[in-house]
Amino acid sequence: MSAVDTATTRVTGPAGAHRAAAKPRRAAWARRAPLLPALVFLIVITQLPFVATLIISFMNWNALYPDQIHFTGVANYRTVLTDSLLRASIVTTVELTVAVVLISLLLGLLLALLLDRVFVGRGLVRTMLIAPFLVVPVAAALLWKHALYNPVYGLFNGLLTVVWKAFGSDNPPQPDWITNMPKGSIIAELVWQWTPFMMLILLAGLQSRPAEAMEAATVDGAGPWQTFRYLTLPHLRRYLELGALLGSIYVVQNFDSVFTITSGGLGTANLPYTIYQTFYQAHDYGRASAAGVVVVIATIIIATFALRVVSSLFREEAKR
Amino acid sequence: MPLAALGMTACSGAGGGGGGGGGGHTVNVLMVNNPQMVDLQKLTADNFTKQTGITVNYTVLPENDVRDKISQEFSSQAGQYDVATISNFEVPFYAKNGWLHPLDDYTKADSGFDQADILKPITESLTGEDGKLYGEPFYGESSFLMYRKDVMAAKGLTVPDNPTWQQVADLAAKADGAQPGMKGICLRGQPGWGEVIAPLTTAVNTFGGTWFTKDWQAQVNAPEFAEATNFYINLVRAHGEAGAPQAGFTECLNAMEQGKVAMWYDATSAAGSLDGSGSPVAGKMGYAQAPVVKTKSSGWLYTWAWGMEKAAKHADDAWKFISWASGKDYLKLAGTKLGWASVPAGTRNSLYENADYQKAATAFYKQTQTSITTADPKNPGVQPRPTIGIQFVDIPEFTDLGTKVSQSISSAIAGQMSVEQALAQGQQLAAQVATKYQKK
Repeated sequence: MSAVDTATTRVTGPAGAHRAAAKPRRAAWARRAPLLPALVFLIVITQLPFVATLIISFMNWNALYPDQIHFTGVANYRTVLTDSLLRASIVTTVELTVAVVLISLLLGLLLALLLDRVFVGRGLVRTMLIAPFLVVPVAAALLWKHALYNPVYGLFNGLLTVVWKAFGSDNPPQPDWITNMPKGSIIAELVWQWTPFMMLILLAGLQSRPAEAMEAATVDGAGPWQTFRYLTLPHLRRYLELGALLGSIYVVQNFDSVFTITSGGLGTANLPYTIYQTFYQAHDYGRASAAGVVVVIATIIIATFALRVVSSLFREEAKR
Repeated sequence: MPLAALGMTACSGAGGGGGGGGGGHTVNVLMVNNPQMVDLQKLTADNFTKQTGITVNYTVLPENDVRDKISQEFSSQAGQYDVATISNFEVPFYAKNGWLHPLDDYTKADSGFDQADILKPITESLTGEDGKLYGEPFYGESSFLMYRKDVMAAKGLTVPDNPTWQQVADLAAKADGAQPGMKGICLRGQPGWGEVIAPLTTAVNTFGGTWFTKDWQAQVNAPEFAEATNFYINLVRAHGEAGAPQAGFTECLNAMEQGKVAMWYDATSAAGSLDGSGSPVAGKMGYAQAPVVKTKSSGWLYTWAWGMEKAAKHADDAWKFISWASGKDYLKLAGTKLGWASVPAGTRNSLYENADYQKAATAFYKQTQTSITTADPKNPGVQPRPTIGIQFVDIPEFTDLGTKVSQSISSAIAGQMSVEQALAQGQQLAAQVATKYQKK
């Protein structure tokens, strides 16, 4: 089917080009026209709200002081950049993101390597491993807070009780997980959600390894570690980069876990949570917008560097 | 064509309450989706609309969304809604902003409504600085001490009807471990101006502290505020529930029902759940007034009330709706149709004298009534206050200030920072807010 299509295109191609040369603009627009509604829709949906946010960020706008709405210049930005709570939340965001992405990449790699082997029930195991990624984020956070971490009726402490009882002790340790390690408990919950995502990407990478090269390596007498180190890992590199990039984009935005598990307490308030608080608790639309704009700018800068790294890798790959 | 358009508008605003009504009498109501409100919505068409011919178009939203929508609607005075549910936190400063329609003329003209029957502190908390009434309560609550009668009896302990905080701390210490895994007391520790800050502020009041003095001097690191906070945090750390820094109303309700705590200081509305059908602790609960130190009472006061927008397009019909929803007859209607245990309580004296209600709420109706009627929203502590409010300071900035301070308090409960550090940070934030008001 596709072969026939390309053939006809090739045949009509020169004639179409000739006509297009006569009225190049019209033809170009005719080709773009079907895309225009989508483009306009995209601009309306994504860019107009951003412009509105940009404008509001220069205004003094508190919902509860409707008579005092006016432009204030960069006052909101000054407040945002000097606010110690906001700075702390930037650090928290970076910590959470880096920890979650690195740990889930590592675990995802291990799981992907295991799943790459052939064994009975592989499909079932794969589906079960993917499940955490399919759980609604806020439901996952609730599950972890109440069913697992809760010091009184949580499963973790229940498990400790069972193990201790098995050894004849009636006094098992019952740690208060969230209070003792607030950031750690949020990271653990997010790692649980994001490991399947990393695993899927890396598994795709593993399964696209050229079989001949692997075979050749075995024939040349390379051990499993050498094969992994000099063949698999270099091949997986761009998949790792991709996973890290996509993971970072999503984890930076995480709100559900912080909101549900700790309500931003115990030093776990990240940027999205702090902005939410400025908007809903302080009703300060101007300051919340300014904080949002700062985040977007910072994200663009970081993403540009990250994307440049990734695309340079792709180019390297193309040259080879 | 016009007919079709009319049908469209009648439907678009309605969350319920039927289609377009005859005669064109409609009221647009924006309200929070609490269970009692949803009950009201269900009873509207067959009762209110049938009696008056007025169709009610409800828009029902969760609390955070409704607050946001109400502040937008009322600040712009768009007249899209006639009535909205607002709490006694919003009413005074909404009134000051000129967003609300005063209700005095209506209550005087409407003899069946009987404003004098509404519990006095509730009326007071819905009155503006200009002395006019701006809201009618739908339900109200205070805070009190709930405890397990059986556990206390087994340990040979008695809980006084008007306990002091010191007595409560002693009881908590003695009841701690009364049953395997049972702690002495549940006190909220979850961050949020409506979570840990509410009970803590009532303790601060009765220990002689305050957030601000009458002339707007921040007092968060003052000795009385610090003493109350230290007491609260030490108590919850020593004999409080497990996982205290994440425990709010819901978590404490669970802990109490599961027998993981012997006492709980929280909202009076919790009694309905604890003594309700299906609760494992029903019938085992005892109730006492909020613990005190230097004041006579220290329960808080909270109410969801109906406020009428100043730009309301159907003001007279809107009053008829408020008069029905907050009226005596609605309580009877809800009592007979839905059961007396789930009526919106805490607003009218007559409800507490109703034999049916007394039977349904034997264990706690008296304590609840006392708790609400002894609350003094204008003078909750030992010194004059700049604004009305018991468990909050009635300024728009308090939601933000309270939430930020609550995060430090929560950290102090977790042992991550000292109480002094937490309060020093709080003082800084409170001082910023105070400066704004000193200028006014």
